Amino acid sequence: MSKVQLTNVRKTYPNGAEAVRGVDMEIDSGEFIVFVGPSGCGKSTLLRMVAGLESITEGQIQIDDRMINDVSPADRDVAMVFQNYALYPHMTVRGNMSYGLKNRGMPKEEINQKVTEAAKMLRIADFLDRQPNQLSGGQRQRVAMGRAIVREPKVFLFDEPLSNLDAKLRVQMRIEIKRLQRRMNVTSIYVTHDQTEAMTLADRLAVINDGKIEQMGTPIDLYNNPATLFVASFIGSPQVNLLPATFDGQHLVSGDVKLPGFTDLPTSTDLVLGIRPDELHLDDNGQFPMRVDIVEQHGSDNLIYGGILGAINEGDEETEFCFKAGQDMLPELESTLKLGFNAERAMVFNKESGERLR
Amino acid sequence: MKRVQFEHSTIPYLFVAPQIVIIVVFFLWPAAQAIYQSFLLEDAWGLSSQFVWFRNYKDTIFSESWLQAASFTMVFSALVTFLSLAIALLLAVKANEVIRGASTYKTTLMWAYAIAPPVAGLMGNLMFNPLIGDLYKFFNAIGWDFDHKLDSFDAGFVVVLIAVWKQVSVNFIFFLSGLQGIPKSVNEASMMDCKSSFRRFWTITFPLLAPTTFFLMVINITYAFFETFGIIDTTTRGAPGGATNTLVFKVFQDGFRGADLGGSSAQSVVLMLMVLALTVVQFRFIERKVHY
Repeated sequence: MSKVQLTNVRKTYPNGAEAVRGVDMEIDSGEFIVFVGPSGCGKSTLLRMVAGLESITEGQIQIDDRMINDVSPADRDVAMVFQNYALYPHMTVRGNMSYGLKNRGMPKEEINQKVTEAAKMLRIADFLDRQPNQLSGGQRQRVAMGRAIVREPKVFLFDEPLSNLDAKLRVQMRIEIKRLQRRMNVTSIYVTHDQTEAMTLADRLAVINDGKIEQMGTPIDLYNNPATLFVASFIGSPQVNLLPATFDGQHLVSGDVKLPGFTDLPTSTDLVLGIRPDELHLDDNGQFPMRVDIVEQHGSDNLIYGGILGAINEGDEETEFCFKAGQDMLPELESTLKLGFNAERAMVFNKESGERLR
Repeated sequence: MKRVQFEHSTIPYLFVAPQIVIIVVFFLWPAAQAIYQSFLLEDAWGLSSQFVWFRNYKDTIFSESWLQAASFTMVFSALVTFLSLAIALLLAVKANEVIRGASTYKTTLMWAYAIAPPVAGLMGNLMFNPLIGDLYKFFNAIGWDFDHKLDSFDAGFVVVLIAVWKQVSVNFIFFLSGLQGIPKSVNEASMMDCKSSFRRFWTITFPLLAPTTFFLMVINITYAFFETFGIIDTTTRGAPGGATNTLVFKVFQDGFRGADLGGSSAQSVVLMLMVLALTVVQFRFIERKVHY
């Protein structure tokens, strides 16, 4: 049960590149925090700074009120699961799991007991005497988790642990990780670029962009109330529909498309309207005429993609919308659908700053 | 399961032919010659020869000078192999940790690789020259009564030093690439599992370098046995009194300087058998303990 606190944490590389630009965060005991963001946003760097694998240029990281900036990785009482497992290839599964304990001078019987216990929990008890190269990807990932679990650390760190697994296994392991974390109740930080993983695992989600926390909160809160254009477009699958527009005092205008129901927006700036695909509905008086381009059948529902006729174009491309409909909605390709939306639930952003206006 | 068998063609044989020809001309044929010669006794002018069965073997191998050369070769090879591997490993590990100016370090350390053994020998000869040699003067200046022309230990020291210096760079290159082949995340995982870098080296890094080390050991023993000929020929020439004779150098000395072709051939046949035995031992016993 440990708290983690980050205070104005910064990372600047010797060549001047800034990977992390001032992160403040408080993580409660037993909380499952997910860092999510596009590749190169600094999320892994931030995690590695907590692990001690990356030096901290500025700011402080505390675990349970103990400053760990200059504590060696082995003494921070954290355990990490790596993307490519990072198992010791010359040791058996048992050797891999007990290595950290041996180096901490734990008595043999105790190590054996802990390894056996963890192996049972992860269902790898039958493989304890095998070498890592005799295991499948999923089994290796379990061993890597076992290596972290036996240490009984204050904090678990996961660096994209599922990205090397196939899709089916990924879903299985995702559920297993969540279950394990609940059961052991250890504070965890998990890095991923996969927003589904982030949404399903996190107690709280930190969306990171360009070295800064864009927004932090519960997954559903971030989905419903994104603070910026970036968060809105990053969270949610399929992605939110975005339409460039301006405000003329009464309507949001995008080319020939005029949308009523908006007030109190600046008239002089470029805006972006955001509507989730499931917020659209068929409506004979709808404001969006959509030319159907592709229909994806996902089983329970269909995703219908198409260009909005008459809307402002971004470059050469037509503004394309995605409309989430039931499985019996199968429009002809190239036909035109009339779509309506609820202005109350739509989001409007400042195009320049990405700031949410309503 | 039946394997697919394609129609035979002569092209594969053409591809391996050059290699086969080289082996036959430069190895099998001379080896057969050596075996044949080793049973013959020739007069000093090479005009007549007589078949003497194993007399050449008996005469040379049980002679004191051969036993001396054999024991010097063992000690010399063990020292050269161990020292050049150990020093190269230390340098590689340290150079691998360097961040600033890493390539300068590495290039400087690889420099000596380009030097041929006889050239290394000539350089050593100059450095240990009693009149102008800096190292000769240095050792005497620090109170070591150093004279490799008279003292067999000092002479051994000189050839070992030069042979090791020449070989370190080769080993360094291989160790460095071996170290860089260890995944970064494995190193990082071990940093979180083990605080002591010394312990980390012996439990993680060294075992993962085992394939490289084994390969280098074979290469280095071969080097110490055969390639150091050039170094010995340009420095001590087996002096003083045959104290720095390696087996290979003695084969050359007896055959070409002493004109004892039969005895020299007998020695080279024995050397061949020794190398064969050594190779078997290496692959049988040491390779088993190596993790690939």
